[in-house]
Amino acid sequence: MGAQVIAFPRAAEPAPAIAAPTPAEAPRDFSLFLREEAGGGAEMAFAIEGIDCAACIDEIEDAAEALDGVARARLNYTAHRLTVGWAAREKARPEAVLDALGRIGYRAYPFEADRLEAIEHANARHLLRCLAVAGFAAMNIMLLSVSIWSGNATDITPETRDLFHWLSAVIALPAAAYAGQPFFQSALRALKSRSLNMDVPITLGVMLALGVSVFETLNHAEHAYFDSAVMLLFFLLTGRYLDHAMRRKTRAEAGNLAALKAVSARRFAPDGSLVTVPAAAVVAGDEVMVSAGERAPVDGIVVSGRAAVDESLVTGETLPRPVEAGAMVHAGSLVQDGALRLRTTAAGEDTFLDEIERLLDKAATARGRYVRLADRAARLYAPVVHATALFSLIGWLIAGASLHQAVLIAVAVLIITCPCALALAVPAVQVVAAGTLMRHGILLNSGDAFERLAEVDTVAFDKTGTLTLPEPSVANAAAIPPDLMDAAARLALASTHPLARAIAALRPDAVPVAAARETSGFGLEATINGRVARLGSPAFCGCADDAPHAADTSLVAVRLGERTAVLEIRQALRPDAQAVVSRLKTSGGPRGTGLHVVLLSGDREEAVAPVAATLGVTDWWSQTRPAGKIAVLDTLASEGHRVLMVGDGLNDAPSLASAHVSLSPITAADVTRAHADAVFLGDRLAPVETALAVAAKARALMRENLLIAVVYNLIAVPLAISGLVTPLIAALAMSGSSVIVTLNALRARIGIKGAR
Amino acid sequence: MTILLYLVPAALGLGLLGLLAFLWSLRSGQYDDLDGAALRVLNDDDLAPPAQGPRRP
Repeated sequence: MGAQVIAFPRAAEPAPAIAAPTPAEAPRDFSLFLREEAGGGAEMAFAIEGIDCAACIDEIEDAAEALDGVARARLNYTAHRLTVGWAAREKARPEAVLDALGRIGYRAYPFEADRLEAIEHANARHLLRCLAVAGFAAMNIMLLSVSIWSGNATDITPETRDLFHWLSAVIALPAAAYAGQPFFQSALRALKSRSLNMDVPITLGVMLALGVSVFETLNHAEHAYFDSAVMLLFFLLTGRYLDHAMRRKTRAEAGNLAALKAVSARRFAPDGSLVTVPAAAVVAGDEVMVSAGERAPVDGIVVSGRAAVDESLVTGETLPRPVEAGAMVHAGSLVQDGALRLRTTAAGEDTFLDEIERLLDKAATARGRYVRLADRAARLYAPVVHATALFSLIGWLIAGASLHQAVLIAVAVLIITCPCALALAVPAVQVVAAGTLMRHGILLNSGDAFERLAEVDTVAFDKTGTLTLPEPSVANAAAIPPDLMDAAARLALASTHPLARAIAALRPDAVPVAAARETSGFGLEATINGRVARLGSPAFCGCADDAPHAADTSLVAVRLGERTAVLEIRQALRPDAQAVVSRLKTSGGPRGTGLHVVLLSGDREEAVAPVAATLGVTDWWSQTRPAGKIAVLDTLASEGHRVLMVGDGLNDAPSLASAHVSLSPITAADVTRAHADAVFLGDRLAPVETALAVAAKARALMRENLLIAVVYNLIAVPLAISGLVTPLIAALAMSGSSVIVTLNALRARIGIKGAR
Repeated sequence: MTILLYLVPAALGLGLLGLLAFLWSLRSGQYDDLDGAALRVLNDDDLAPPAQGPRRP
């Protein structure tokens, strides 16, 4: 396999139907993102990149508010989103906001909250309201209850006690009816589908406790359990809210990232002009224009034009594929040279290959069988609780207690076993551990990812874009004479070819050359300091003979005067890939044991073998189709391995969904990111290691917490069965165990060394 | 024990006031941007510029 010699820009390719304006020239259409307001004004949200200080808030809001027609601008610092409102009767000009923010150094992206995020937001608010009501009720009932407990020990009159019990009932009943909704509804759903979840014993416990308390109050008894019932709801709602807050924060972050990556498309308007629109606004049948250096925003058939497209994000193949009229181009393909006019066949969420979509469906249903730790505990727990309460009722009746006494004891058992600590045990750890991961640049998609990550014993890496950096870079920059390198960078700035960007990136402060002439299919020529300089194919620069040969390398030559040099451009390994892989192999496992590392690539064997050799990976597969990757994963799974899949390409999406747990870099294709359990930022591979370490710690803490909950029950339940639990003891035991479990969860913050 | 007739409603009323205040603050979006609120307090552009007076060394 010889070196792949790339022809340099061919934008001058005769393509009569296509006049190729640069994206900046085409008018932009933001109507998709604008929200009309009742008063006649308009509102639009932006995701902002680069916010890191308090001063940013003022700077950004002032810059936006200084624009004509802008009535208000409010930055949400937590979510990194800016909401701009335009006054009624003013024309909303979003592009002015983008430009203004760009001038002060922030990149803004039009943002549209997805439906799911809006639902989550509403749910979180409802939970918070329930929590507030339960908290208010718990505090006030506790005030009354403490008076009764101390009065019972001293000299409270039965009339005062009855008054306090009635007051408690008046507060507790409506509060429980409101704040208990999340549990009641969920329990009802579970019962309707003839199954049991944690909410069934909770609902039963709360209802029985309230019912018995009202009965006792009617009979002027000494004890009532109003405080226990409401406090139970308060603690359980806290756990539920924490769980929610973690997922919501991740979702907001993911929403921003989606906006940051959102592709725009240049669509042909009916009159033949080009308008830049968000890719989401393109529908099947529209014709769009894609020129060199851009990624295809949609799936489409080439109407006219000719180009080489890099499909590494789609198939993992790094060698560009030439396409011409009639060929199919998939969304995410990078056009290397030339320009294409595409007729859209599928846009937005429909742009996956049929094969990948089919495999994804299959994989997703398989994943659904995983049962979370808390749910497994709940499945065991609910029947045990109900049985224990029932047995203590029957036991006491047989032992000769009155029905009234036996029911009171059974209710005490239900209350004391209600899974306060159990419901907090897992969410509290998840919240703290997710915060730790976020500080290390890892965003979690699913809460149970910790449990699955902690079980991993095999790591499967994709090559292109995962082990290697997503953008190509110059491999032999150090060997190039500086003046030739400067010339190459200055010439490269005049080109839109993807390889030219890699060259330009080496000299960020280079000045573009004036008057660069393009020779179609070969390269660029210009005059630098009186000498002729050329950048392009080795033949174009007259040095074809001494070009070295490497499999996955693209060659670009530069000539300045009489001297020449050949730049080798390839997708380099992530800077710490070698170190991370070797550490994973020796000590990456949950207990310091080594992990089995494999390589699954869609690329050619010649490109994969050297990477595997460098990393010391002995098990590798090349040219695997998506189904092939799944087959390898299935084989590993059937051998009893739990596999962590790390991948970024569209072709990896099904294998990410079918692996036990999955990670992907933030540069991954949209579908792929959506199917990964977590996404990591940055150029390094270290987050993979950190994620495994945090997950191992988190799972250890979850188990510890569950153990604490069990020990608590082992002590409290016999007390309850023997009839010794008064409302005072129930209250102490319940809050005590919850506090211990929450404090223990905070330990997930410490002891994780940041591999930044 | 007639004192209870004043004290219990007073205690409940205060608690209810707190609950209503919380629900109001939730409704008006004060929990949407907790990190931002912590930083906005540092803004000083709502202060009048300092009066020109004799400066201390």
